[in-house]
Amino acid sequence: METVIGIRGPDFVMLAADCVQASSIVVMKSDHNKIHKIADKIAMATIGDAGDSNQFTEFISKNLALYKMRNGYELSPKAAAHFTRRNLADYLRSRTPYQVNMFLGGFDDKEGPELHFIDYLANAKSLPFGAQGYGGYFSASILDRYYHDKLTEAESYEILKKCVAEIQKRLIVNLKNFNVVVIDKNGIKNLEPITSVKLDAAIAAAQGAQGVRAH
Amino acid sequence: MARRYDSRTTIFSPEGRLYQVEYAMEAISHAGTCLGILSSDGILLAAEKRNINKLLDSALYSEKIYRLNNDIVCSVAGITSDANVLTNELRLIAQRYELNHGEPIPVEQLVSHLCDIKQAYTQYGGKRPFGVSILYMGWDKHYGFQLYQSDPSGNYGGWKATCIGNNFNAAVSMLKTELTDNGSIDINKAKELAVKVLSKTLDTNKLTSERMEMATLRRVNNKTVIDIMKSADVDVLIKKHEATEAAAEAAKKEKATTSSS
Repeated sequence: METVIGIRGPDFVMLAADCVQASSIVVMKSDHNKIHKIADKIAMATIGDAGDSNQFTEFISKNLALYKMRNGYELSPKAAAHFTRRNLADYLRSRTPYQVNMFLGGFDDKEGPELHFIDYLANAKSLPFGAQGYGGYFSASILDRYYHDKLTEAESYEILKKCVAEIQKRLIVNLKNFNVVVIDKNGIKNLEPITSVKLDAAIAAAQGAQGVRAH
Repeated sequence: MARRYDSRTTIFSPEGRLYQVEYAMEAISHAGTCLGILSSDGILLAAEKRNINKLLDSALYSEKIYRLNNDIVCSVAGITSDANVLTNELRLIAQRYELNHGEPIPVEQLVSHLCDIKQAYTQYGGKRPFGVSILYMGWDKHYGFQLYQSDPSGNYGGWKATCIGNNFNAAVSMLKTELTDNGSIDINKAKELAVKVLSKTLDTNKLTSERMEMATLRRVNNKTVIDIMKSADVDVLIKKHEATEAAAEAAKKEKATTSSS
């Protein structure tokens, strides 16, 4: 029911995730952060079994911290993604698999921005953009339509807004708020969350302006 | 009663020494010489071959230089059977890292991982330590070209140039005098220096390509190129060295005769 979206631009990666924490049919919380900073320039947007996603992201991020402590340099985003996938693959074949799907976004000083799709079956693929969860059904076509390879940060944020508006319009589940994070050469930065309140206000303002013009 | 502290590896002597480890080091200083030189555009390993029986099958060309993965090569001095176990372990460590991280292992991590194993044999009981010192040359994206040396105690270090095995002290001091004045040298100069040092430290008075092997590691078009040199190429280097040596000798003689007359 949850949704994560990722977009890779020419010099940044943007991740968005909804903020709903649900238990059975009850929404327990709608300001839950699902985007985790796991290294200086790597973040992971994780959805899936609530406890599993926390446990697994923490497991990965602490392993990356251990690696940095032991060797004095960080694991590259590509290696971190490979390591994450490898662990998921091992857990999948154990008695206690992790039920988590995620996007891993990172910025490598040599290779540039990277976006990796990883799911609980330990599929992993480097992508220019993607979406997972129920919201993915409504976002994929929008991302496909508006993505281009010279995307700026602001354009990318606008695409995310379009995706969220569509999810809130069509998906039966109420995903009010989306956290957004951007990773570039300077590190990880939180952007203004995309919320239904703000989107509605923007639509109302646009309609108001049109109304004035009609008179 | 020194014997009391000899028999087991894990027991300190009253002076605080581990005799078995020291004996292992001693064994290595009688083994064939290996030397490594770090240059500005590559690294070099050279090793002395001891088994040069004419009846040996030449299918096994390289005796002491092993490729560990695409970016790392090592050369060993000590008990060959121990070395085989360790090179096998090194290859496993490198592949395991690649399986987990999707990229080649950084050189120091490989060395330090093997040294953890070597160290364990100086602490956990019942067995003897590995009688092997190893020189590693490699490239990684973090620190570029690197040369390391590890010994039976599990110590390791990074070097600009170093030597293990027979006569290593003489070779190291020679390398020290040759390298301190001009900072860094290129790979061709390093090859010449390696031949020069080996020819001085070897017991025999004449160096031949049968008695040594040499390998270089360079980067060409962002790819590591490892070259385990053919004996013909080594011969060329040796010939060149002999020529310069002879010229120097002749010049010296000339000087002596002119000064005496």
